[in-house]
Amino acid sequence: MSILSPDFGLGLTAILPLLILGGAPVLEMIVVAVRRAHAPVFWITVLSLLAAFGSLWIAAGAAPREVTPLLEIDRYALFYTGLIVAAALAVTVLTYGYIEKHNVQREEIYMLYLIATLGAAVLVSSSHLISFFLGLEVLSIALYGLAAYLPASERSLEAGVKYLVLAAASAAFMLFGIALVYMDLGTMSFREMASAITSGLNPHPVLMVPGIALIITGIGFKLAVAPFHLWTPDVYEGAPAPVTAYIASVSKGAMFGLLLRYFYVSGAADYRPLMLVFEIIAIASMFAGNLLALMQNNVKRILAYSSIAHLGYILVAFEAGGVAGAGAVTFYLVAYFITTLGAFGVVTVLSTGERDADRLEDYRALFWRRPGLAAIFTAMLLSLAGIPVTAGFIGKFYVVAAGASATLWALIIILVVTSAIGLFYYLRVVFTMFEHLPEGAELPPRLPALAASGAVTLAILAALLVWVGIFPGPLLAVIRSAIAAIV
Amino acid sequence: MILVWLIGILLVAGVLAWAVAPVSTRAARWVSLIAAGTDFGLSVYLWIDNFRGLNYAGNTAWFAQVDWAWVPEFGIHFHLAMDGLSLLLVTLASFLGVVSVLASWREIRQAVGFFHLNLMWVLAGIIGVFLSIDLFLFYFAWELMLVPMYFLIAIWGHERRVYAAVKFFIFTQLSGLLMLIAILALYFFHHAATGVYTFEYEQLLGTPLGRAAEMGIMLGFFIAFAVKLPMVPLHPWLPDAHTEAPTAGSVILAGLLLKTGGYGLLRFVVPLFPGAAREFAPAAMVLGVIGIIYGALLAFGQTDLKRLVAYTSISHMGFVLIGVFAWNTLALQGAIVTMLAHGISTGALFVIAGALQERMHTRELAEMGGLWDVIPRMSGAGLFFALGSLGLPGLGDFVGEFLVLLGVWRVWPAIAATAAVGVLAATFYALKIVQDAFQGPNIRHWSLQDLTGREWAIMGSMIMALIWLGLYPQPVLSTFAPAMRMLQVLAGF
Repeated sequence: MSILSPDFGLGLTAILPLLILGGAPVLEMIVVAVRRAHAPVFWITVLSLLAAFGSLWIAAGAAPREVTPLLEIDRYALFYTGLIVAAALAVTVLTYGYIEKHNVQREEIYMLYLIATLGAAVLVSSSHLISFFLGLEVLSIALYGLAAYLPASERSLEAGVKYLVLAAASAAFMLFGIALVYMDLGTMSFREMASAITSGLNPHPVLMVPGIALIITGIGFKLAVAPFHLWTPDVYEGAPAPVTAYIASVSKGAMFGLLLRYFYVSGAADYRPLMLVFEIIAIASMFAGNLLALMQNNVKRILAYSSIAHLGYILVAFEAGGVAGAGAVTFYLVAYFITTLGAFGVVTVLSTGERDADRLEDYRALFWRRPGLAAIFTAMLLSLAGIPVTAGFIGKFYVVAAGASATLWALIIILVVTSAIGLFYYLRVVFTMFEHLPEGAELPPRLPALAASGAVTLAILAALLVWVGIFPGPLLAVIRSAIAAIV
Repeated sequence: MILVWLIGILLVAGVLAWAVAPVSTRAARWVSLIAAGTDFGLSVYLWIDNFRGLNYAGNTAWFAQVDWAWVPEFGIHFHLAMDGLSLLLVTLASFLGVVSVLASWREIRQAVGFFHLNLMWVLAGIIGVFLSIDLFLFYFAWELMLVPMYFLIAIWGHERRVYAAVKFFIFTQLSGLLMLIAILALYFFHHAATGVYTFEYEQLLGTPLGRAAEMGIMLGFFIAFAVKLPMVPLHPWLPDAHTEAPTAGSVILAGLLLKTGGYGLLRFVVPLFPGAAREFAPAAMVLGVIGIIYGALLAFGQTDLKRLVAYTSISHMGFVLIGVFAWNTLALQGAIVTMLAHGISTGALFVIAGALQERMHTRELAEMGGLWDVIPRMSGAGLFFALGSLGLPGLGDFVGEFLVLLGVWRVWPAIAATAAVGVLAATFYALKIVQDAFQGPNIRHWSLQDLTGREWAIMGSMIMALIWLGLYPQPVLSTFAPAMRMLQVLAGF
């Protein structure tokens, strides 16, 4: 393909968001080399994320398009890229007020966010195992740095190292799995894998099964579903609160975006034994997440286990398959993004320079001291619990509907029972916030001042939560057109 | 459009009350009072306007509807409709709404704005339940009632409020999710049969279902409603929630939340699944009669006034359950009248219990006694509603329970006979209230303030309503007659 061909230009247009995300950290490095200052780097990050978001519409003009055999830019990829970029933007803004309180080099965290976001965007656009792996590694390596970003905090370092060791091990598993699948099929493109399997070009099925199993291990690790979830609580607890928000939302969402495309396009979703594996993973995650969360006293750990459970719910929709399944997965992810960012956002703005606000104690009587913040946190927790007027309710409804349409009654009933268990720990946090302080009791240490950036982000997230919860129609329409590209 | 107003006024008033409370708590109370009062006025207006002649033609009992597309992708409509049955329950809801605002006037001093936000929103959810005929909207409203009610108990409740609130939430949420599965199953079965995705009540009626599927889906709905009603053995949340809730919370729980269960059975369970309901009726009636006896016996054994009244609710709602599943005209009339009368008489007993607790700081019957000399007016009101609860002829409860017994007798005399024992047992617990609290010597030397003007207004209006229901229930019976005929036609038996 010549540089002068119109195809080349259209290809560049299609990957414009990726180019912006790739260029921005380079620009920031140059800026920092000239003069180190927090605000300019922050603003470059915000503007480039906004530019990347805006360029989605330009890219849509050139979509659907295959850019090199590695990337498939279609509405689906663009939708997920938009979701990821928006989440990264929210995390960036939350980080500003948070990192100000810490005595560290503040600028690199934004570069790491941008690099991680680039990796996530590549992940959801990939149509090939190589780009899948590339995207994953770009995302993961940035995350190691992010998790360990506070060198003064032992727990942050521990989280970074733990994440590094386990993620590297899982990447090795995945790489081996990819090699086995390649050895069997002779291709790494999702589409060609599908046609190879359907046309019976599957000379060594004995390699295929362990290959796929190893890939699932890698995916399962990133999604933090049981039994690959063991790293989650420690990393969530140790990583700085905004980074935790990023790991919980972007890294999982991007992986699910990839999983959905990989399974639908390569035809793996029609392969019963494989789906049985995911069924078991879903059940294990719903139980493990909800039951283990009951025993926690640390808000970040509660949210970590709750996110394990939520990924289990999403897998129920994934099991259902078809248009309903893909739609429910995507919708639930959007709701989960809003909710997770909101919940960790509250943790972020309440954190001080000494430590994150992750003890249940930190939230005692919050409602009587900061009613707005407590109300937002309550809304987020109720959304996680799936109560109406929140996005989480419509998401849960959609998931149950998808499950019912595929007659997965057993999975749905488990979902219902485990989410009832989940109510206990959500309500425990909610109640702590509304608890009255006994007369004359010592007030917990003074709450940190609320940064304007944090307040605005949380207000927007809360508004989105309610808006999607009451008027899901427009979002549903967008999702329908996005998933039409893969189903 | 007026139906949207009924809900919208409350939602807006709740937010408004919250907003003005930091400036003036009085204003927050007045905003809520006016909103609930306006709703009451609107329902009375609807009643007078639509039932002047009481002559119904046509094949539908709905006389007011609002139908907007909401989420067309799923076939979800914002569809409210009102017939005589929902009109009566909405009237009751707004009436008890006024009562609960007034009853909290002095009791609630903490976070007044947030309290009224929750109070208004729980009322909006309840009215939404009575009016929704799109099953998704119904579920939405059903869940919407929960959160404010949880807060009412958990924040302004008594000693064991957290335990009670969480228990309440888990029971209702779990059963609600079961109902969601049932709703979705019905939705997909309907699509399989007709190719149309819809949550519309009227379209879902008569969906062809296999025998097992019909029974399964019916049970999903039934359990959700039976938890709310409550039916033994799904009742354990009730005594705790009722006892620990603040007065307004208890009034709304007993007066309205339980009625949503009865309403659901009438509106959805039997008409949507007539075959399964008929098959299940004997079991439901046996469970209902167990509830009547069990509730009455346990009520008699209580020493805590609010807990006693809470158990009487289990007993009274057993009549609703057997009445609905007997499904003949007399039994249905009885069930509906029982729902209305129980809402008033039990609501009033909770107001009295709350007023006593506010003055004496105890709910223990053993601490009371001899109050008749001290606070004669409140004791008189207490006697009145206790007699109402035991089924004194001339008061509303008697009409309801008597009609239920008549209707059930035609279907299954043994059940009617056993239920009649429950009426007898009611005498014991009602007289226990009167004797322990109001009569006897005033050993503790209580010296208390009698009913205030505000409390008189509450008691007086409730007394009149109960007498009216007892002496001249005909207007009420004719109001829901067309709606009830419709339900009977739909159920086909």
